[in-house]
Amino acid sequence: MSSEGSATSEKLVYMANQIGKFFASQGADQAPAAIAEHLRKFWDPRMRAGILAHLESGGADLDPLVRQAVESLRATTAAR
Amino acid sequence: MSLIHEIDYGTPRSTSETMVTLTIDGETLTVPEGTSVMRAAMEMGTEIPKLCATDMVDAYGSCRLCLVEIEGRAGTPASCTTPVMPGMVVKTQTERLKRLRKGVMELYISDHPLDCLTCAANGDCELQDMAGAVGLRDVRYGHEGQNHPNPGLDESNPYFTYDPSKCIVCSRCVRACEEVQGTFALTIAGRGFDSVVSPGMEESFLGSECVSCGACVQACPTATLTEKSVISIGQPEHSVVTTCAYCGVGCTFKAEMRGNELVRMVPWKDGKANRGHSCVKGRFAWGYASHKERILNPMIRASISEPWREVTWEEAIAHTASEFKRIQAKYGRLAVGGITSSRCTNEETFLVQKLIRGGFGNNNVDTCARVCHSPTGYGLSQTYGTSAGTQDFDSVEHSDVILLIGANPTDAHPVFGSRMKKRLREGAKLIVVDPRRIDLVRTPHVEAAHHLPLRPGTNVAVLTAMAHVVVTEGLADEAFVRERCDWDEFQDWATFVADPRHSPEAIEAVTGVPAAELRAAARLYATGGNGAIYYGLGVTEHSQGSTTVMAIANLAMATGNIGRPGVGVNPLRGQNNVQGSCDMGSFPHEFSGYRHVSGDETRALFEALWGVPLDSEPGLRIPNMLDAAVDGQFKGLYVQGEDILQSDPDTRHVAAGLAAMECVVVQDLFLNETANYAHVFLPGSTFLEKDGTFTNAERRIQRVRKVMPSRSGKADWEITIDLANALGFPMNYAHPSEIMDEIAQLTPTFTGVSYAKLEAEGSVQWPCNEKAPHGTPVMHVDGFVRGKGRFMVTEYVATDERTGPRFPLLLTTGRILSQYNVGAQTRRTENVVWHEEDRLEMHPHDAEQRGIHDGQWVKLASRSGETSLRALITERLAPGVVYTTFHHPGTQANVVTTDYSDWATNCPEYKVTAVQVSASNGPTAWQKDYDEQARHSRRIAPHVEAAE
Ligand code: SF4
Ligand code: SF4
Ligand code: SF4
Ligand code: FES
Repeated sequence: MSSEGSATSEKLVYMANQIGKFFASQGADQAPAAIAEHLRKFWDPRMRAGILAHLESGGADLDPLVRQAVESLRATTAAR
Repeated sequence: MSLIHEIDYGTPRSTSETMVTLTIDGETLTVPEGTSVMRAAMEMGTEIPKLCATDMVDAYGSCRLCLVEIEGRAGTPASCTTPVMPGMVVKTQTERLKRLRKGVMELYISDHPLDCLTCAANGDCELQDMAGAVGLRDVRYGHEGQNHPNPGLDESNPYFTYDPSKCIVCSRCVRACEEVQGTFALTIAGRGFDSVVSPGMEESFLGSECVSCGACVQACPTATLTEKSVISIGQPEHSVVTTCAYCGVGCTFKAEMRGNELVRMVPWKDGKANRGHSCVKGRFAWGYASHKERILNPMIRASISEPWREVTWEEAIAHTASEFKRIQAKYGRLAVGGITSSRCTNEETFLVQKLIRGGFGNNNVDTCARVCHSPTGYGLSQTYGTSAGTQDFDSVEHSDVILLIGANPTDAHPVFGSRMKKRLREGAKLIVVDPRRIDLVRTPHVEAAHHLPLRPGTNVAVLTAMAHVVVTEGLADEAFVRERCDWDEFQDWATFVADPRHSPEAIEAVTGVPAAELRAAARLYATGGNGAIYYGLGVTEHSQGSTTVMAIANLAMATGNIGRPGVGVNPLRGQNNVQGSCDMGSFPHEFSGYRHVSGDETRALFEALWGVPLDSEPGLRIPNMLDAAVDGQFKGLYVQGEDILQSDPDTRHVAAGLAAMECVVVQDLFLNETANYAHVFLPGSTFLEKDGTFTNAERRIQRVRKVMPSRSGKADWEITIDLANALGFPMNYAHPSEIMDEIAQLTPTFTGVSYAKLEAEGSVQWPCNEKAPHGTPVMHVDGFVRGKGRFMVTEYVATDERTGPRFPLLLTTGRILSQYNVGAQTRRTENVVWHEEDRLEMHPHDAEQRGIHDGQWVKLASRSGETSLRALITERLAPGVVYTTFHHPGTQANVVTTDYSDWATNCPEYKVTAVQVSASNGPTAWQKDYDEQARHSRRIAPHVEAAE
């Protein structure tokens, strides 16, 4: 990350993957839900919209469990 | 109001539960075993004359003034050193005693200069008092005091003087320095009539080991050790009890006044956090309140390149409100936010977040706890269900093993550090986990049993390895875990930590901690009796900060070290009210009492009282606000009492974010660094100028009391109220107590808190409600707040901030005793004599490789930026690790820190930055530019009288 970095998707992806690394130890069953819950609780809507947009455009560099989490976030966001 | 005179019982209180009954002067009384006769007499209201005894230190028995007669005993024993016995019959006043005491006083006075009328202690001198008490009318030996040795006045300490000509060699100062402060800076040099008090090896106070805590000054019965402020102003005439506004220990003081002028701050013996002790900051460093650089008028400007223009309060408030309205109309409701202060009161913090949630209509509120203890909040709430330390400070008196991780209490939490040292001198064992050899590793009469000098960034690996030892060596407290924790989760966790890849041997190469030492430390913590963990920012300010807090919580649960005095998990909070600012709902995702904004029921409660709809979505955290600003989506910020430009990481990014905003409002005492980017400056008040409460690191809510009028005309809470009203979100409070009533009404852990309760009980520790009307000193006693304690799996993930050929060293940051945080206050006091500048500490080996010598200017560079400062060569650090403080804006240590942060909370990774160090010949071009820009930005336009 450069110090001029802004809330570009690169930074959001980095942060999401960092969260993923913690929850990964809860196993592939539980991790995606836990990651999605964390994003819902602590990320403001703008940041969540950013990561969803990133998923729409291919979701490059999202770790697999994080990708699943963001997909489930998309599902619940759409459902609302 | 009058001067509060605390009773001096002469000797410390006995904690024994066995009671003893005796008779003094014909009256029968019952006191705890171990109480001195002197203290027992004082408890029934009889003051036996004394000079060398005072209740902050153990009795010494040297002055022979406190003699009494005891039936059945020969002679006249000293009452300070004589413990009570069952059935003892004591007389405190007889003809013989009167004669003897007069004789003693006569000798003292004959050796004392009799310049009472012009002495600074006139009216507050125990020698005078005792001469009066024994009825001394005549001195047979002449009273010129010429025989008294006088090595000369020592005025080297900026805050107190030492005048040996007035010393009665009672040694109270020496004992206070040893027993209360634990520094052992003073000795009595010489013998008999020639003896004098001497700092160190006959050095000056300033040149000695003295840390200027003031304990000796307070203990001194004469004018020998006297505050310079008393010498220049005179004796105070009234006093008010209040709370220190520096660190999270929360010491209480008597602010001793003459009119509106503060004469001195004297630690209050009834203060439950400090028990009568203090450090140099709270005791002496309050001169900033009247510093000439304080801003006393509101100011505005259209752009940050213009000079400031002084305006009326009305204009400043109206301008700010219209700017925020304009920005929200143009860029949307979410384009503004605010930052609450951990230096302001609970009531002020509560109002700022209320203004943002209710007035701005969003949850873009955050606080500086983001950059220090946000991982504590997250980690402890996940595992235990509450975002706070588990103990009171008194708990340390019951600890057998103290595990200190990433904290340096003798510098950052000095009064608690002294209390900890006292317990260590009594025999408790200490384990230090810290990259740096902090003072506690070896200090007079204290030596750590183990020091684990880990590589910065490997806390999780070390703690998981300690857990590995506990589990694989069968040291876990299974009974506790079965009863109090989720057993399945424990087993998952135990299986995880038992994996050989977590053994001390397996991680040694990563952490740099010798496996045998780590094993020994883990065994000691698990089996050494009451084990207490204390930790600081060395735990939280990492990309795995929250994981480390959970690893700590796991370790305490697994060994059963939770839920009683002497044990627990204790975050040492940095700023005075960082606990309070978190409690008051300063985080963007939670209301006061740590309730998520998405909770419909909670929101409904607030909506009903505040009369506005509230947002159910979490808002932006500080780093996210800055990111959004750089992206052009965040345009207005209200900052109360914070200096994010200096205190937050990656200064250039913070500056870019602030520069991208259209209205930055700074409410502070001084034009701080953030104010260089501000459009509105609202002058706040010091803690001496307002009422309120602070909550310290032990969850203790204590009163801050106004002792003088606000110099700027408004307390900070009044400014927020004006702003809210101008924004059309009405707030009506006549006094902070009404704000506390609202907090109590809305916050389940505070329902029992009120100013009346604080007045009656002195202080209370939350939760304070129907279940705990007098507060909660120790938490999780019968069960965890969340129900069952929850073990969390803590996988070590190395930070992405790695050393390499370009940046081969690891920088870690910290603070020192005499300076506080960004230094805005302490730099404006005499404390600068101890720390004029930030220095870069480095190991001789690293220095030699780079041809750097002590005191030389060096350039410190990272991926983020570079700065220059002078080197301090020391073996406190392991080779490969360098260290600096961040107290001075000239150094700008945060130019080099990166924007890596904790995965859960975005708490910045201050404690690990890969750097290179090279010789340089002075400040960098960036520092010079910054200095120039700051100077330019601080210009204030000359005042022009408006033409009628
Ligand atoms: S000020 Fe504190 S450290 Fe210094 S000599 Fe006095 S008691 Fe000791
Ligand atoms: S300096 Fe004060 S406290 Fe110390 S020995 Fe002299 S009179 Fe006693
Ligand atoms: S230890 Fe902290 S609270 Fe106590 S006097 Fe020092 S700075 Fe103030
Ligand atoms: S007060 Fe007891 S001997 Fe001095």
